Amino acid sequence: MVEVNLWSGLRRFTDGVVTVEVEAKNVGEVLEGLARLYPELEDIIEAGVSVAVDGKVIASGLTERVKPDSEVFLIQQLKGG
Amino acid sequence: MALDKTETGESYEGRTSYTHVGTRVDRPDGLDKVTGRAKFGADASAPGMLHGAIVRSPHAHARIVKIDTSKAEALAGVKAVVTRDDFATGLTGEEWNVLENVMAGDTALYDGHALCAIAATSALIARDAVKLVEVEYEILPHVTDVDKAMEPDAPIIRAGQQSKLVPEGMHPNVVNYYQGGHGDMAAGFAEADLIIERHFTTEAAHQGYIEPHAALATLGADGKGDLWCCTQGHFIVQKTCAALVGIDTSQLRVTASEIGGGFGGKTTVFLEPVALALSRKANRPVKMVMSRSEILRATGPTSSASMDIKIGMTKDGRITAGKGVFRLQGGAFPDAPAGMAAECSFAPYNLSAVSIEGYEVMANRPKQAAYRAPGSPMAAFAVESVVDELCKSLDLDPIETRLKNASREGTKAAYGPTWDRIGLVECLEAAQAHPHMKAPLRESEGRGVAAGFWFNHGGETSVSLALSEDGTAQISVGTPDIGGSRASMALMAAEVLGIEYENIRVTVADTATLGYNDVSHGSRVTYASGLATINAAKDAVAKLCDRAAQKWGIDPDAVVWEDGCAKPAGPNAGQFDPMPLKEITRRMGRTGGPISGHYEATPEGAGVSFGVHIVDAHVDRETGKTSVDRYTVIQDAGKAIHPTYVEGQFQGGAAQGIGWALNEEYVYGEDGRLQNTVFLDYRIPVASDLPMIDTVIVEVPNPGHPFGVRGVGETGICPPLAAIANAVSGAVGIRMTSLPMSPPKILKALKAQSDG
Amino acid sequence: MSKIHVTTKVNGDDVEFLCEPRETVLDVLRDHLNLTGAKEGCGTGDCGACSITVDGRLVCSCLMLGAEAEGKEIATVEGIATGETLHPLQKKFIEYAALQCGICTPGILIAAKNLLEREPDPTEEQVRYWLAGNLCRCTGYDKIIRAVMDTAADMREAS
Repeated sequence: MVEVNLWSGLRRFTDGVVTVEVEAKNVGEVLEGLARLYPELEDIIEAGVSVAVDGKVIASGLTERVKPDSEVFLIQQLKGG
Repeated sequence: MALDKTETGESYEGRTSYTHVGTRVDRPDGLDKVTGRAKFGADASAPGMLHGAIVRSPHAHARIVKIDTSKAEALAGVKAVVTRDDFATGLTGEEWNVLENVMAGDTALYDGHALCAIAATSALIARDAVKLVEVEYEILPHVTDVDKAMEPDAPIIRAGQQSKLVPEGMHPNVVNYYQGGHGDMAAGFAEADLIIERHFTTEAAHQGYIEPHAALATLGADGKGDLWCCTQGHFIVQKTCAALVGIDTSQLRVTASEIGGGFGGKTTVFLEPVALALSRKANRPVKMVMSRSEILRATGPTSSASMDIKIGMTKDGRITAGKGVFRLQGGAFPDAPAGMAAECSFAPYNLSAVSIEGYEVMANRPKQAAYRAPGSPMAAFAVESVVDELCKSLDLDPIETRLKNASREGTKAAYGPTWDRIGLVECLEAAQAHPHMKAPLRESEGRGVAAGFWFNHGGETSVSLALSEDGTAQISVGTPDIGGSRASMALMAAEVLGIEYENIRVTVADTATLGYNDVSHGSRVTYASGLATINAAKDAVAKLCDRAAQKWGIDPDAVVWEDGCAKPAGPNAGQFDPMPLKEITRRMGRTGGPISGHYEATPEGAGVSFGVHIVDAHVDRETGKTSVDRYTVIQDAGKAIHPTYVEGQFQGGAAQGIGWALNEEYVYGEDGRLQNTVFLDYRIPVASDLPMIDTVIVEVPNPGHPFGVRGVGETGICPPLAAIANAVSGAVGIRMTSLPMSPPKILKALKAQSDG
Repeated sequence: MSKIHVTTKVNGDDVEFLCEPRETVLDVLRDHLNLTGAKEGCGTGDCGACSITVDGRLVCSCLMLGAEAEGKEIATVEGIATGETLHPLQKKFIEYAALQCGICTPGILIAAKNLLEREPDPTEEQVRYWLAGNLCRCTGYDKIIRAVMDTAADMREAS
């Protein structure tokens, strides 16, 4: 199980919770797990989010490995210039 | 040092010395560029070519009732006309947004919005034909200001775009909302000895690339197309254009020209789908080049912003709480970088209580595009100004205070995660120790300091490396060279292969020649294409070792690669002379076939970068003009592959920030039309405006790259806005909260100061 | 709509062309004479990317009509080098990385060469003001100014 941290604005769709546990071995599974637990998050995730794993910002890749003790944060979809 | 050929990966290898990386070699495109031979977007032509021109709305918001092209079509030399009807239907999401921006549907959404295009036998005829197109409009009320666009009576840009994240009851123009942070805000502010609350505004600025958008397109009725254009991402152009004109992605071959500046503004499409559509209709190649006023009116400037910052600090300089609200308009479309502005805003600070919010708003302006660290510069302007004001009020040193509160490895970022290895402290310490800080200030001069931050990111990357029989190498990358990356790729490959930099040629391959590549943006190229180049080179090296093993009759695992040669791993492997690369490739066709290496992946460990700028400026009290007298950029590059190009990025980012801070702004009239559409009136810095820009490259290795590379291209534009505002504050004691700090605004503030 | 016949000299070569009355020298160079070194950055004489010299005088070619080239001597970036020997400015620009994207480089080289021909020992201020008509968005001008000043010093020493 991995602990996933959501930004506070997402609380409305997760019954007030900002830290969620999901079963996942990579970023893709984290996002799928979140959408399964909280279907209201699905279209927000589809629209685009980036993920920070142990401080490393994953802009879009889904295959980045996630360990059970990894620190995972959802952040705004990242796009540079 | 023997190369570990088994490890392809993304982790820092911890090398302490390099042969090629870090040297200041000549750039491979240098000769072409100083002789005028380099081919940019508008430098191509094709037999039978037509020229395209665009009909644009002169209204900020209007329903398009009727487009009558009959007179234009009757003009001798006009060969084709396209409107929105000539593009694909049924698109959704961002593709729909791009199409709506490329060519209006039933509504013109901003002054300059394209609604019709014409191809003719000469550029002059095309321009004349544009004037003959008669458009009937029903003028609608418009709004260009971000705060006004949120008010209850604001004209609705487009209904139904609002994300469910937006709080209940907000205007439909508010399309997205981000809220983040942690800690107890009330307790945090209660602890503070001084709280400062300020409102800030920044106006839209344009990336200001000197090269206009240009494309040469050929599209047949058979759905096969060829496109030459200047772009930061030809694979995205391929994907998007194919969708917009309704053909298969793989049937469109896009070649990226040399690019004359992009800075984020050339990460999308404007002219390209139009040129393709015209070409298909006329059955001839079509060339299109934008004029400067088209660029300013109708490409992708950055957002304008309205921001509220509140920060509390104790007497001894500890920040106890920070709150930021950021409202950004993205033109008549979603995706203004409000969320990223919010996330970047307090990044330099280790805060126990922080609250950040971002509102994405629509207005009757062109669709915003990225401009070097989108969202971050405005946010840094606001937060770094308040931190400066707190320091001045409490009589605290600005760098010492930042050190006291600095984000470090292991502290929690304002946007959530724990920081990995970062270089903010090293940059602050370098600033503190820099001679600039000790230089005496002249009378009427002020000194400003500010920090800045950008995430940097990775993205899809494919690289292919082919060895020639003469022992030299060709590398194909898919990321257009916007900062000298071809040189950096060659340096990294030289390091791995052990051959000379001059024996490697790097080419930006077209979309038909290489796997998919994400755009050159996000400061990702040296990191991601570099990592892919290193791994492609290692792939080639593994194959070279196999050939040597084969020749020697030993196990491939018993062969190592060192100094450009295959060598037996140890005395037990056998007594063989080192076999240089050239010797292996000479016979490669007969010993197993041509040797290439390749690597395709989405590497994501780009590593964040922090920067600290120091600026001395003085203000002329009579004219209100601010002059920058001395400027120093200090930034963490992780590892500078080519130090001169890293310096160039630092200096370029600073110069753009100076322009944004002092002069650059979009001026809209009451009628919603852009007033300053030429370079005379959209004033970017010229050579006589700037001093030399000193640079310090800090190197705190990025754990996610074999050589420790961090992106460098963007962070440079984040600190200047506040650094200059802070210098102005030091010089004449006025706190400028609205950008640009142009002479009229400075004079007004000085007058208020002397009156009040 | 009848074209104008023009006879002129470009980079030392005799040249003849036909152009529309409304075409500029920049249009003619790029579209008729295949000399795409001069660039259009603004079309209004503000950016200097189209810089050429006409009878030794620095001019924005976007502000001059093609017809006005009659009987003149035009110099463009393509004529700065001699065969494969680069002008000292060109060599210095590569060495100092006084260019990034390179779009402003032809105009800046033409302008800088013209300056050094008039003033072999310019101050930093003089170089900056002379080049104020050439916009660069990539470099912040630092390495460009250094390259011009150091080339001036090299050329003074060599003569």
